Formats: sequence, structure tokens, C-alpha cells
Amino acid sequence: MDFALSESQLMIRRMVSDFAGKELAPIAAELDRESRFPHAILEKMAGLDLFALPFSEDYGGTGDGYVAYVLAVEEISKACASTGITYAAHCSLGTNPVYLFGTEEQKLKWVTPCAKGEMLSAFGLTEPDAGSDAGGTKTTAVLDGDQWVINGTKCFITNATYAGMVIITAVTEPGQGTRGISSFIVPTDTPGFSVTAPYEKLGLKASDTAEIIMEDVCIPADYLLGKRGEGFKQFMQVLDGGRISIGALSVGIAQAALEAALNYARERRQFGRPLSKFQAIQFKLADMATRTELARLAVHRAAWLKDQGQTFTRESAMAKLFASETAVAAALEAIQIFGGYGYTREYPVERYLRDAKLMEIGEGTSEIQRLVIARQLGC
Amino acid sequence: MKMFVCIKYVPDTSEAEVKVNPDGVSVDSSRFSFDINDADNYAVEESVLIKEANEGDITVLSIGPKQSDVMIRMAMAKGCDRAVRIEDERIAGYDPLMVAKVLGGAVKGQEFDLVLTGCMASDDWHMTTGVALAEELGVNHVSMVKKVEILDGKKVKAYRELEGGLMEVVEVELPVVLTIQTGINEPRYAPIRGIREAQKKELKVANLDDLGIDAAEVNADASLVVLEQLYIPQVESSAEFIEGEPDVKAEKLASILVKGGLV
Ligand SMILES: Cc1cc2nc3c(=O)[nH]c(=O)nc-3n(C[C@H](O)[C@H](O)[C@H](O)COP(=O)(O)OP(=O)(O)OC[C@H]3O[C@@H](n4cnc5c(N)ncnc54)[C@H](O)[C@@H]3O)c2cc1C
Repeated sequence: MDFALSESQLMIRRMVSDFAGKELAPIAAELDRESRFPHAILEKMAGLDLFALPFSEDYGGTGDGYVAYVLAVEEISKACASTGITYAAHCSLGTNPVYLFGTEEQKLKWVTPCAKGEMLSAFGLTEPDAGSDAGGTKTTAVLDGDQWVINGTKCFITNATYAGMVIITAVTEPGQGTRGISSFIVPTDTPGFSVTAPYEKLGLKASDTAEIIMEDVCIPADYLLGKRGEGFKQFMQVLDGGRISIGALSVGIAQAALEAALNYARERRQFGRPLSKFQAIQFKLADMATRTELARLAVHRAAWLKDQGQTFTRESAMAKLFASETAVAAALEAIQIFGGYGYTREYPVERYLRDAKLMEIGEGTSEIQRLVIARQLGC
Repeated sequence: MKMFVCIKYVPDTSEAEVKVNPDGVSVDSSRFSFDINDADNYAVEESVLIKEANEGDITVLSIGPKQSDVMIRMAMAKGCDRAVRIEDERIAGYDPLMVAKVLGGAVKGQEFDLVLTGCMASDDWHMTTGVALAEELGVNHVSMVKKVEILDGKKVKAYRELEGGLMEVVEVELPVVLTIQTGINEPRYAPIRGIREAQKKELKVANLDDLGIDAAEVNADASLVVLEQLYIPQVESSAEFIEGEPDVKAEKLASILVKGGLV
């Protein structure tokens, strides 16, 4: 057994940590306060090839794999979870379906610009009436000659406003349940495709989340991804990978909360001693550190299994579940350690809590993760 | 332009607590995270900028443990071409003159136009190694360099930052050792593709024998420095409360600042 990261993985982590610490962390509070999408940061990330990390060299990637990618997601998210989710939704959800199921031509056309960071992508699965029950998709796609005509609404779509391409699930075979769902590559400049004003959210305020409305959106027949009727199977697989990145995002937030709380506890004095000398505070910090480290191990293991080409459905659900609940717990404890100051906007810990909460909801709620795990156990 | 850039692996002491080991002459570094010395990072960037503008070839030199390979490869990921890491327990690393001898030994016998080092290391603050290295190599040096211009490939114009914001400009013939000041440029981040490239570049590990350096010239016996003690000074509080009406207070404060040479 070997837990060591490779030299290039260590270098990637160091570089991203350096970049995020110097360029992103100092502006994260401002991005959050102003709900400002991090355009300039994303451009810099593209210049550092960060969008290329999980994809192979044939399609504009660097071929470093998922472990390297989750290291980057963690470091970015530690500085700014809004940027983290923008990054993760683009790579794991928007671009990955084409990378996994696209034809050679589709991959060259769509993965390449996404891996180079020239185009942002999104993943449109959730609908107003199909959330946890994503198989209950109401959006329809009808083949009319040599084009598909798509109608429907998708909600809560990360990156929708700025994406050049969205992967959409739609019913192509009505009445056949989950076997009747297919997925499509939809360029966002197609007539009939529109995006509403972004939601006002509790956290992740600098990320973009909006509703997509499709009215007679016509796309070429060959924009179908994979085979007809395989959409459900595909997105389950996409979510398996996406959940690892939500796990990494969560670990980043938990680590940020831990470090903030530890530094504060060492400096803040009450009753003539630093807070960090009170056992009650020490135990909180010890628990935060332990859970964060275990969450990180679970995330790395799931990513490693994916890189090895092994199955990882159970491990990714476990990693996501444990890491997201760890992030929320760590952020709450960090606020407790900061006391009244933690409840204010002067310190970043309240932002960590607001950002962390989404990790227990997006890409399958904690309840759904438990269902997935139970199903894997054979229940 | 043939260049060498010398970099040091130093602990980040800003976060972890500094504790002296029971031996009294070393620091417990087990909890520190290590990375490139800040000024050296600027030296690496400057060498890469010079290479990009004038063509050239950069060799990284570092004395350090295996763990520092990540730092060395990072310099190669930014554009340096190859590296030599010197690892030998016999080197009296606390003495900058001994360090300069080892680095000099690694450069000697090879063609070079420029050697860049940081102007100081953030762990021991000697500010000596680069200058001593120039002496060792028998070439010119310019210290605390804040700007460099390469003139027709034979000379450099180096700008030194002096006290009070003064700039001193010197022209020196190549080859020359420059000790680089922080802030001379904006160090880049190594792109992922650079990190991949760096895996293919040569990182040679050498000990004193490989470099043909006599250990007796660079070990603790050769050094004139005896490290006697490291300790953490008692923190003394020396706050002075200024009393009086606002204008009296202001006057007192101003005179203290002037006396202390702070304004
Ligand atoms: C900021 C943000 C970004 C998002 N980004 C995207 C995106 O990019 N693409 C995308 O497609 N979607 C995205 N989503 C949508 C997200 O995946 C869904 O919100 C999530 O899957 C839950 O669906 P829902 O909101 O409809 O909740 P519901 O499914 O209505 O669930 C409500 C509650 O009921 C529980 N519940 C539901 N079913 C069960 C069950 N069978 N057993 C037990 N409990 C159950 C849930 O756990 C939850 O607690 C995003 C959401 C947010 C908030």
C-alpha cells in the first residue's frame, strides 16, 4: 500500500495552493459580498492549465488524472468555494459527459475548448419537478428530420449564465421511465435557449446558478450524446465522478475552517490564556482535524479508484457524504471557537458555513447519498 | 546566456511555533512546511525572464535533502533547464562561506555568464552566500539587485536598491554573480504543462566526491564559525504611554519617532 502522492501531484498541489493563497483568498470575501463571478481568476486558472487536468492530451488536457484534479479542487475551494464549484461543475459535470460518452468528433469539438479553458460548460439535470428524483425528467427531445427539438426547464444549473455548452437530459422515449432519457450537447447560443437571472443564494454567492428555459431549441441530430435511452445510466456515472469533486470541495472548506479556528484559538486570550489552552477548545480542534483528514483520505481513495479504472460508486458517495457533513460541522465549530466575532462578516468562518451547506445538497443530498450507499450494500 | 540559479529550501516559520532542540544549536523543524526561499524565487523568475528575452540555458543548483526535489522541479517547471541537487552531510551548511565553496565547486569548470542567487535566506539571514560565491568563482558581483538589463551580451546594467529608496546603477562585465532582491519581478506560477515537462528534465544528485570537492575544505573543521547557541529571547514589554494634551502628545510622539530614526 502506498499513500504517497507522486512528485508531480505534490507539485500541482503546491502550485495551486500558492496560486489560490495569493490570488484568490484575498478577494474571496469581496467576491462573496458582491456576488461577483470570478471571471479574472478563471482566466488565470485556464492559463495555468487547471481546466486541462483531468482530461487526456488528445483533447487538450494534460492527462494528470482525477487525483491531481481533486488536489486542485481542494486548494481552490479552501480559498474560495464559489470558485471551487465553478471549476468542479465545469470539469466534472459539464465537460466530463462528453469526455466519457462522446464520439471522437464530439470530444475534439467540445472537450478541447473546455479543457483549454476557452469555453465554460454546465450540466442541466435538475428540473423544478425532478430533483432527487432526476429520473422524473419532464424535458422532452423529439427527433424532427435531422435535428432534435428540445423543450423544457432546468433549474439550479451552475455556470448556466456563462456556459458556451450545456449537457441536457431529456425524455426521448415517453413512457419508458428512466430508459427513455437521453442526453444532449446544447450550445447555449442556440435560438430558443435562455437563462433567467441567477438565484439569490445563502452561500457560494460568487458562483453562478440559474434556470435554463428551452423553447423549441433545435440542435443537429448528432448532438445526441452516446445512445438514445442511455441518458440516465450516463448521468449516474457522471455524478459518481462529480461527487468526488464535491468531496474535495468540502475538504477544502473544512481545512479552511480548521486553519482559521486554530490560528484564532492560538491568538485570542481569555482568562489569561489563549483559547487553544482550554481542553474544551482543543477537543473541538482535534475532532475537526481528524474528520477533515479522514474525509481527505476518502476523497483521494475514490479518485484513485477512478484513475485505476475500478468501480467507485460506493466510495464516491461515502466520500461526498462524509466530507460534506464534515465541512458543515467544521464550519459550525469554527464559528463557535470564534465566538461573537465568528458570527460577523469580519471573519471568514460564517462564509465557510454558508458555502459548506450546499455540499450536503448538490449532486445528491445526504439522504440520497445514504440511499446510494445502502443500495450498494445490497439493501 | 548561460546561467546558474542557486536556490535554498527553507522552513516557513510564519505558522508553526519555533522550538529549539535539546542540543541547543538546532531547531525542531518537524512541523514546518518547507519551500523555496522567497528571494530565490525571484532569482528563478529573473533567470527565466532573461532566458525568454535573450535565449539561454539555466541550471538550478541547490544544497538540500531529497524532499527539496519538489522545489527544484518547480523551478524547472517555470523554465529552468536542468538541476543539480547537492546532498552531503559533511557540508557545514550553517556557514555561508562553506556553502559558497560547495556551490562554487559545482559551477567551476563550466562556462557561465550569470549566476543568480537570492539576496538573503529567510532562515539564517546571512546575506553572504551570493557574494562569497562570486569571490569563490573569481568574478564580479552585484548585490541587492532590483532591476537587470543585459547589454549586448557582454555586460549587465544592474540597479541596486539602497537605503531611503535610492537607486544605484552599476555596469559590470560578464560573468557576474547577482544577488536578487525580492520585488524585482512577479514570480509566475508553474503551469501544469510546465510541471509535466519538468518531470522529463534532468535532476542530478551529487555529493562532494562527485563534484570533486575535498570534504575537509567545507566541513565543520574547515569552518571558522562555531554555532554556540540558539535561543528564543524573553519577550519584554517596553511600551511607553505618552501623557498630556493632544498637541503635547503629538509633539512627544514626533520627537520619539525622529530620534528613533523612523521618520
Ligand atoms: C447552488 C446549487 C447548484 C446546483 N448545481 C446544479 C447543476 O449544476 N446541475 C444540476 O443538474 N443540478 C444542480 N443543482 C441541483 C441539486 O442537485 C438539487 O437541488 C438536489 O439534487 C436536490 O434536489 P431538489 O432541490 O429538487 O430537492 P428534493 O429532491 O425536492 O429534496 C428535498 C428533500 O427531500 C429529501 N428527499 C428526496 N427524496 C428522498 C428520498 N427518496 N428519501 C429520503 N429523502 C428524500 C432530500 O434529501 C431533501 O432533503 C444545484 C443546486 C444548488 C442549490
